[in-house]
Amino acid sequence: MSEHDDVWKVNRERDGEAQRFESNFPEYGPIAKTFAPVAGFGVTLRNFFRPTVTEQYPDEKTPAMPRYHGRHQLNRYADGLEKCIGCELCAWACPADAIYVEADSNTEDAQYSPGERYGRVYQINYLRCIFCGLCIEACPTRALTMTNEYELAGPTREGLIYEKQDLLAPMEDGMLAAPHPMVPGTVDDDYYKGDVTQVVQEQTAWVRERRPDDPTLPENRSAEDDASSRPAQQSPDAALSGPAGPVGGRTRG
Amino acid sequence: MTSTADKATAEVVETVTLTIDGTEVTVPKGTLIIRAAEQVGINIPRFCDHPLLKPAGACRQCLVDVAAPDREGNVRPFPKPQASCTMTAMDGMIVNTQNTSDEAKKAQEGVMELLLINHPLDCPVCDKGGECPLQNQAMSHGHAESRFIDVKRVFEKPLALSSEILLDRERCVLCQRCTRFSKEIAGDAFIDLQNRGAMQQIGTFDEDVLDFDGYEPIGVAAEDESGKAFSSYYSGNTVQICPVGALTSAAYRFRSRPFDLVSSPGISEHDSSGAAIRTDHRRGKVLRRLSDNDPVVNEEWITDKDRFAFAWQNLSDRLERPLVRGEDGELHEASWPDAIARAAAGLRAAAGRTGTPADRKAKGVGVLPGGRVTLEDAYAYQKFARVALGTNDVDARTRGASDEEQAFLGSSVAGTGLGVTFGDLEKAPTVLLVGFEPEDEGGVVFLRLRKSVGRQSVLTVAPFLSRGAEKLSASLIQTAPGGEAGALAAVKAGTDTADALSEDGAVVILGERLATVPGALAEALRLAKRTGARLAWIPRRAGERGAAEAGALPGLLPGGRDAASEAARDAVAQAWSVGSLPEAAGRDAAGIIAAAAAGELSGLVVGGVTPSDLTADLRAALTATDFVVSLEVRRTEVSEHADVVLPVAPTFEKPGTFVNWEGRLRGFATAIRTEAISDHRALDFLGRELGVDLKVGTVADVNEQLAVLGAAPKGQRMKAPTVKAAKPAPATGDQLILASWHMLVDEGALQDGEPYLAGTGRTAVARLSAHTAERIGVKDGVVTITGAAKGAIELPVVVTEMADGVVWVPAKSPGSWVAQELGVEPGTLVTVKGGI
Ligand code: SF4
Ligand code: SF4
Ligand code: SF4
Ligand code: FES
Repeated sequence: MSEHDDVWKVNRERDGEAQRFESNFPEYGPIAKTFAPVAGFGVTLRNFFRPTVTEQYPDEKTPAMPRYHGRHQLNRYADGLEKCIGCELCAWACPADAIYVEADSNTEDAQYSPGERYGRVYQINYLRCIFCGLCIEACPTRALTMTNEYELAGPTREGLIYEKQDLLAPMEDGMLAAPHPMVPGTVDDDYYKGDVTQVVQEQTAWVRERRPDDPTLPENRSAEDDASSRPAQQSPDAALSGPAGPVGGRTRG
Repeated sequence: MTSTADKATAEVVETVTLTIDGTEVTVPKGTLIIRAAEQVGINIPRFCDHPLLKPAGACRQCLVDVAAPDREGNVRPFPKPQASCTMTAMDGMIVNTQNTSDEAKKAQEGVMELLLINHPLDCPVCDKGGECPLQNQAMSHGHAESRFIDVKRVFEKPLALSSEILLDRERCVLCQRCTRFSKEIAGDAFIDLQNRGAMQQIGTFDEDVLDFDGYEPIGVAAEDESGKAFSSYYSGNTVQICPVGALTSAAYRFRSRPFDLVSSPGISEHDSSGAAIRTDHRRGKVLRRLSDNDPVVNEEWITDKDRFAFAWQNLSDRLERPLVRGEDGELHEASWPDAIARAAAGLRAAAGRTGTPADRKAKGVGVLPGGRVTLEDAYAYQKFARVALGTNDVDARTRGASDEEQAFLGSSVAGTGLGVTFGDLEKAPTVLLVGFEPEDEGGVVFLRLRKSVGRQSVLTVAPFLSRGAEKLSASLIQTAPGGEAGALAAVKAGTDTADALSEDGAVVILGERLATVPGALAEALRLAKRTGARLAWIPRRAGERGAAEAGALPGLLPGGRDAASEAARDAVAQAWSVGSLPEAAGRDAAGIIAAAAAGELSGLVVGGVTPSDLTADLRAALTATDFVVSLEVRRTEVSEHADVVLPVAPTFEKPGTFVNWEGRLRGFATAIRTEAISDHRALDFLGRELGVDLKVGTVADVNEQLAVLGAAPKGQRMKAPTVKAAKPAPATGDQLILASWHMLVDEGALQDGEPYLAGTGRTAVARLSAHTAERIGVKDGVVTITGAAKGAIELPVVVTEMADGVVWVPAKSPGSWVAQELGVEPGTLVTVKGGI
């Protein structure tokens, strides 16, 4: 007899035992046996007297947990320059290949972010994104963070590829829309270290000279400053630790 | 130290036997330990060591434990680990690398830690990340943790060494590969090590960096009129050999990372050297080109033009669909079948092959393939001309050319196979350059010659000693353009030059400019016969040699056969299975253009030809001709005048072969697959529509035919030219002899769209001797030059030690388009006026 036959023999014996299976549950008593067919109603009855947990979505929107992974946001520095430097590390980190970045060089006339490069094209395909957040971890400048916005559905495939303007954080009070020069006397490192805290005169003057109608200029801002008309911004750190931001609709024409 | 393979082929090599990590290895004497280790598959980490550069021992990463026999023969260990890249192998040596010696391992890890102290570790945003020796070796031979907790040294970044080359000093590991390359290989010592200790850095000769304050650098910075001490044609190589991401090119900086790229080997389309390159593309766009390693041709170096000039292929004026001129006189997009049908109908009428009475009025078609074609394209153009159009009017030489040159090419170049090689140039005891500027017109030829500086005597027949020739320590045989033939004839037996050329292996390099000097090529043949020196014809464009081989010259059939010889014509006709080939002698490019302008041709087929490169008026010819077909990559002046424009593939979108000046076949495959088709395929379509099967649809078809045809047998060859040297016109008054050649980096069509490269080109200046400058009375340091054409060239003057009565200007540099503005070839008289 070979080894194999031994194994088979053991198996056969086990199978025989399985057929002789007996339940470990105790046998029901006679009363329990009588009510068994309607026992389910007991569960229903019990829940009549408990608090409800149903959410009235979409009539009522409940904030997600603070660290919920929602739509991405491309952040800005306090003076309005973009944080993204177009390094594509987020695209490389993404396991779902959902991000597409094309960078370009900042020039004197068009400085979008501190330093040499900025992200000219930035797309996230929400049909692919699995909201893992690896891109956020990869970003060296904290340009990319996630908001709590979870309403990411739409009728078309194209519409779910979010472009840079869909992802960019809205302009906060006191920010000046890019492009404009960096704060004079600073280098990109100063921005990374957080030393740039506000827009300076020179930047405002630069924008005023070239784009006098820019809505983020102080004069144009005060004229139509209607806080409710502007979508509120979620600060990058709020996305991770602060209270949940409002769940806003997607502002796209 | 170049390569051990070279040495192995030499007669008997003295060898030594040593033990590395317990493995015995026998290597030629003088081999470095690091190379010997490579032979047994042991990799010692290194940064500064490079097989083509002299050992430096700058980085100390290659430390190994060595024990060597002393005088008594006792094997004694060295007290400290030794740099294996500077120590040569000795008999009986025992080497223990990091694999077998803890001490060596510890030493290497220590060096790595030291190198990383000030390294920014910004790999995620660094161009080199992913192909970086520092990154790789830090992983394989370094500590996982850094013990350094202080603030790192930083520099302002990037430091622009030139408009193309940028340096991030904090990434530099001071291996000095870049400075050694610049000094040893290129001869442009534009950067060097500066300062000491932690502030040691690579930099240009900048007083601020050097902290010299008020002291000028002593080096030869005077030559460069751009006001900068640096403009090197080979600077891109430093980016490639930098073992970290310290040197980057402006064109590629932050564009992508190695793992984004798809790499394909290729051959550079920029000059006749056929340098091996690597094309890296991403998302269907070429992002960079690197030098490939081809020891017999370009070794590991290429010119900046080979490396950076590729944007032209994808500019916004790139043609994607055929264009056909409509009723309204404008070009409209059309489908391939429509365009081919239109082109064929027009050409059939122009060639007089419709079989109707109108044929009597047809005056024939001329074909101008241009000098940048591949061998296959050139073959297709000439076969198309001879079989489908029934004419010998085909000439790829869209530059100064002559019958003498054709006879020279037919008798001594085409179908002669591999002649003088790069290796022969390196070994030659004497090299005579005639009408050839190695640095400007030769590309990597210059680097090969420079390798032998000190071992080789270089003579140059030129109006003055150019910077390139100076770097080769060349001696000048001062000659005004047009006088080259005389200068060659003057090399009589018994003179020093003749003796030098009689040495075994001496080479005479002939440039394409000699075509316009009557008698020069004939004299060169005589000189070669007299002295036994070998001749090498080095044209500028990549397609020239291939065109000669393929027979894309009016009097030449494939394989160097003489189109005037009946036997040759019969042989080719038989191979092509056609009744006969046209007998009438063909016109050369200038002849075709002149005939077309005079209304003596009814049609033109034009390939990659730039009107501004020609002294002949191609624009007038295009306007005067009834029917023009243009095969182009981009919308150009030619395609704007054409009736049908067929878009063809640029080099990286097609396979093909360039024949380099050595006669070596340099085949390349498609780098990026697109729908674009090669010239030969478009011509095959056209041929079919005209009712002939040219069998040139694929590269394989063409090569099969070329193989069948082979080189011309003796009786079918052209006779060598016997033209007598003419006396050059004397310069009188403000009439000076024009000297001119193309700078490597200039405004050639293949360098379009690359501003960073253009920035490294040399400023255009007019050169005059002091005596001549005085004679014509140069005011304000500027001269105005006029010639046969309507234009004028106005350039600042640089007084140079050179032949009197000669004015030199660059051929196509900014503000100096000689062919277009002056309409004459070098060697002719032009009017030069001082001041404006
Ligand atoms: S969250 Fe994850 S899947 Fe979505 S884009 Fe970022 S990396 Fe990709
Ligand atoms: S979002 Fe961050 S990681 Fe992505 S490209 Fe911009 S800077 Fe780089
Ligand atoms: S720049 Fe690069 S090649 Fe030059 S010394 Fe530094 S590390 Fe070496
Ligand atoms: S490789 Fe030997 S010292 Fe640098």
